[in-house]
Amino acid sequence: MDYVLSLIGPMAEGAKVTLSLFCITLLLSVPLGLVLALARISRWPLLAAAVNGYIWLMRGTPLMLQLLFVYFALPFVPVIGVRLPDFPSAVVAFALNYAAYFAEIFRAGIQSVERGQYEGSKVLGLTYLQTMRRIVLPQMVRRVLPPMSNETITLVKDTSLIYVLALNDILRTARGIVQRDFTTTPFLVAAVFYLLMTLVLTWFFQRMEKRYAKFDE
Amino acid sequence: MPNSTSSADAPVASPADREIMIQATEITKSFGATRVLEGVSLTLRKGEVVAIIGPSGSGKSTFLRCLNHLETIDGGSISIEGEALATAVPGSASRYAPDADVRRICRKMGMVFQSFNLFPHMTVLENIIEAPMTVKRQPRSVAVPKAEALLAKVGLQAKRDSYPSRLSGGQKQRVAIARALAMEPDIMLFDEPTSALDPELTVEVLRTMRQLAEEHMTMLVVTHEMGFAREVAHRVIFMDQGRIVETAGSEEFFSAPQHARTRAFLGQML
Repeated sequence: MDYVLSLIGPMAEGAKVTLSLFCITLLLSVPLGLVLALARISRWPLLAAAVNGYIWLMRGTPLMLQLLFVYFALPFVPVIGVRLPDFPSAVVAFALNYAAYFAEIFRAGIQSVERGQYEGSKVLGLTYLQTMRRIVLPQMVRRVLPPMSNETITLVKDTSLIYVLALNDILRTARGIVQRDFTTTPFLVAAVFYLLMTLVLTWFFQRMEKRYAKFDE
Repeated sequence: MPNSTSSADAPVASPADREIMIQATEITKSFGATRVLEGVSLTLRKGEVVAIIGPSGSGKSTFLRCLNHLETIDGGSISIEGEALATAVPGSASRYAPDADVRRICRKMGMVFQSFNLFPHMTVLENIIEAPMTVKRQPRSVAVPKAEALLAKVGLQAKRDSYPSRLSGGQKQRVAIARALAMEPDIMLFDEPTSALDPELTVEVLRTMRQLAEEHMTMLVVTHEMGFAREVAHRVIFMDQGRIVETAGSEEFFSAPQHARTRAFLGQML
């Protein structure tokens, strides 16, 4: 038991890395995903096609590959080439990748709002932006909560990929201790850390769903 | 008959000098290869209540939706209170006013839909104050009392804080009417407002509409309610296959329809 307690300190250090990547990724990819979703359903076919291509690229290649690309290959790309430190590289790759998934979730949510809602808004004089902000997006939020819950839980666990950039998140910290102490206990402690995080997320999304259910049929 | 004079002293019995609220001329409209409107014209004057009836697929709803830009017309012209919404261009599609003008002009018209189209994530009160606050920038302190007065008018004060999902169809439609009125339109368009309702709920919606007519609201009503058309409308338009077949004062229309198709339609409906 003392041994397990002694692990908590270093593991909490790892959890800080995991949690910061998780939070920053969400903060960046949710708004970016929303913009991408709106662009994908926009009236401009070129913009929609470009976003389509972007989503295909991001969902069609492994996140691990994207991580490695941003860190190792991006510096050599002409024009946009920039050398980023390890953690910012991870943030860029994660945000760009998750924005693609969120874009598809948001698009489905937006398109599930009936045409009558747009017409009702239009005859009252609301502009397209007002209709989106006041009428469509609030209804979308409720409908995307279940898939968003799925996706954010996946994100918690995907953060463990950053070991390839030698970042010490929960899992890489645990592995280091396993190799040092010749015991697999740290893996169990890591599992508990992940479970606690997903528990909080699950609870949060359930509360949100309840809050948004109050106007339901 | 004691009320044989009712049509004589009705305020719009001789409306020819009244202000023109809607002028639609030779409207044409196709959905793909299907022609739905083949040159429909209408002059609606202030205070007039006009019912548009006709079989489904006759183009009556489409025509109504063209008037407030829910559909774009292919040919013809529309002006609202003297302002051009769409202008006919010989040999090509009608030209619309700039977007901002279209929005401003269309705001003179309120609309009530068959499917209500209330905002499900807002309470009854929020539904009504949404457009006055967002579009007209009314402060809450102005919008709320107005909304409450409108709710009283349609008899739904008690439902102020309910969500639409908790209302019956008839209540939803009365909220929709109150919501449209909150924007203080000069004209109200009704697109089959009772077609989605059970017969007993139809009555309460028609009562609200009748009340509006008595307040001299200018109204254009697409409906299957022959009783309403006969008793409340001043004029009835019968449409079939994208054309106006017959138009007449409502008494005359129902008692002595001129056209064979009108007679056949009324025969089915009554």
